[in-house]
Amino acid sequence: MLYREAGQFKTSYQADGQIFPIMQDRIALLALLAVAIVFVPLLASPYVLSAILIPFLIFSLAAIGLNILTGYAGQLSLGTAAFMAVGAFASYNFILRIPGLPVLVAFILGGLSAALVGIAFGLPSLRIRGFYLAAATLATQFFVVWCLTKIPYLTNYSTSGVITAQPIVILGYNFDTPDRKYLLVLAVVAVMALLAKNMIRSNVGRSWMAVRDMDVAAEVIGFRLMRTKLLAFAVSSFYCGVAGALYAYAYLGTVEPEAYNLDLSFRILFMIIIGGVGSVLGSFLGAAFIVLLPVLLNVVAHSLALPTSVASNLELMVFGALIIFFLIVEPHGLARLWQIGKEKLRLWPFPH
Amino acid sequence: MKRFASIIAVVLLAASGAAIAQPAEQYIALPSYRVGPYAAGGSGFYGGIIDYFNLVNLSGGVNGVKISWEECETEYNPSRGVECYERLKTKNGGATLVEPLSTGVAYGILDRLAVDKIPMTMIGYGRSDAANGKVFPYVFPLITSYWNQAAAMIKYLGDKEGGMAKLKGKKIVHLYHDSAFGKEPLPVLEALSKQYGFELIKIPVTPPGSEQQSQWLQIRQAKPDHVILWGWGSMNAVAIKTAQRNGFPREKILGVWWAGSEEDTVPTGDAAKGYSAMTFNTPGNYPVMDEIRKKLYDAGKGNMADSTRIGSVYHMRGVSAAILWVEAMRTAQEKFGKGKRITGEQMRWGLENLNVDEARQKSIGAFGMLPVVKTSCDDHEGSGAVKVQQWDGKKWNAITPNWIVGDKALTRKLLEESSAAYAAEKKITPACIK
Repeated sequence: MLYREAGQFKTSYQADGQIFPIMQDRIALLALLAVAIVFVPLLASPYVLSAILIPFLIFSLAAIGLNILTGYAGQLSLGTAAFMAVGAFASYNFILRIPGLPVLVAFILGGLSAALVGIAFGLPSLRIRGFYLAAATLATQFFVVWCLTKIPYLTNYSTSGVITAQPIVILGYNFDTPDRKYLLVLAVVAVMALLAKNMIRSNVGRSWMAVRDMDVAAEVIGFRLMRTKLLAFAVSSFYCGVAGALYAYAYLGTVEPEAYNLDLSFRILFMIIIGGVGSVLGSFLGAAFIVLLPVLLNVVAHSLALPTSVASNLELMVFGALIIFFLIVEPHGLARLWQIGKEKLRLWPFPH
Repeated sequence: MKRFASIIAVVLLAASGAAIAQPAEQYIALPSYRVGPYAAGGSGFYGGIIDYFNLVNLSGGVNGVKISWEECETEYNPSRGVECYERLKTKNGGATLVEPLSTGVAYGILDRLAVDKIPMTMIGYGRSDAANGKVFPYVFPLITSYWNQAAAMIKYLGDKEGGMAKLKGKKIVHLYHDSAFGKEPLPVLEALSKQYGFELIKIPVTPPGSEQQSQWLQIRQAKPDHVILWGWGSMNAVAIKTAQRNGFPREKILGVWWAGSEEDTVPTGDAAKGYSAMTFNTPGNYPVMDEIRKKLYDAGKGNMADSTRIGSVYHMRGVSAAILWVEAMRTAQEKFGKGKRITGEQMRWGLENLNVDEARQKSIGAFGMLPVVKTSCDDHEGSGAVKVQQWDGKKWNAITPNWIVGDKALTRKLLEESSAAYAAEKKITPACIK
């Protein structure tokens, strides 16, 4: 009823090409943002902010990064966590070595370092595809972690190789409480998600999708394969790098290279598979599913007063079963379910 | 949509609504792990803790104050550990102690402890320099740290050779888990290698370490006099088996205490016979273990599913941890009021003024099970003494009758340097909390 677009006419190209063509969507998004910016920091407990929302936003950003590479440009990658590690450790070193460097600039520099590493490890994508490329990007994963444990300069000669993130101070304002950290992460993620969405709608995004769908055809019609693929690696790694820096600075506080292990890469890959490959919204939904569901199951199991050992194993089983269920019911992920729901609503109550 | 909303409501309710104060109980947060790759260790350790808590509660608690606790599954994953810590810390009127038994989780919550005023123990792991209570007021690497263990290992190897001077020209391989954990002892080992003139060969094993053929080939070529196995989890059994396959005598391998449990040796079968490892518990049976068997497991109230694990290495470590905590509660109650629930800050004081001497151990029924622990603001570790145990094919036996202490002057010097660097980085002014 409420979700009807009768009477909404597009009279200009701008109006026709906007991100959310339906007015209700725009209102809903603005309302969601308003709630996230104003009400959540006021009402949510420090636990919800620092243990649920901050990691959810950070993993969403990493999932967007991987989605750009895998979902839009079709280059399968297993090195996401490595790019995050580069972002985190590069930001740490920039702040450490350059006194007075603003933290946000350090995050950007960290992202750029990750982009450079991404380009270097994206080179094999010019020759190989699919699973072979996934195996090649696996090398990033091992190489970066190996570098970080082998070169003491990168961890500032700390005996155990664990870095302690410096405090986040922006223009003299210290982001040290959960609500402040949350707002910082929210701002970064919102801006970068908007940028990603627009990039995908521009000719850059179209070139990625052309390469994804049929790279030979894309080359024939004039896309330069090398540039397109490496750009996808660079942009994707940049996103992952910034996510990694946020993970270290706004969430954990201290990190060892092992925190960015293969397991994390897989988790982010699952996020985009479950959320929806090739969808910015899917990155958020997938991150929510992977981050929140175990916590939710854990809380539910706990309120049922199950013994911990049973609860933990039950959690794994339910989680696994739900993944299988979702993938059978909707192999295109949660984003596709959302899209179907929206289409149904537009026709409601008279579907045809 | 409605269902989604109700799910959100459940989460928010569960997260915020549970903070109803129960002043009569002393609440401890246990971010534990009972599934995942390290479940064998986690279930034994936390099982031991809970068994001892139940035992104390059966006899009326600490001066009438019962202990309550809550577990949260971390799967040894730092990210989930931080979530668990945040979830548990505000429950039941606020946690007064936390123990994650994971370097990653401990590092992740280290900075939050002083703000939340919750003490954390790191029994046998974590930052060795946290023993300096002036810089880390809320962190307690109780009993012994990695650095003192490394120093004690070299002391033991020196004694075995017939004096520290005999170490000159000897070759010692440090075969380690290539992570923060494996690299932690390097400063101590390097300093001692310079001091005593032995050659230190460092060979890393990429986690999880399920393939070590090349490392052991390297060891065979180097012909070392001793191998220090600084491993964790599945890496240990692989190391022992590969050593056997390469014909390297297991008697020459000395494991770290996380490489010295039944879970590490039983799966290797015969290969582990003669292998020795460090420990901060003396293997054997104690009155307190009998009590746990009788009062808890016979009554069906034991925490572990398998009652043969009572008194196993990890279980005994859990019991030891819980003993020290309960003693800290007792100490704090003596100062702040008997029979009252103490706060996190008071618990911190209790942990900092702990004195579990032999007489106290006797009255608990754990005499000799753990070294004497006496803490102060300067020394949050309280002991630094360890033993060496050997696997005879069926069980662990202590082969050093006395507790070994390594070069404490050296570890103290390193500790001061490292904690000062941390204080400078974090802009902490080192001081004791009264």
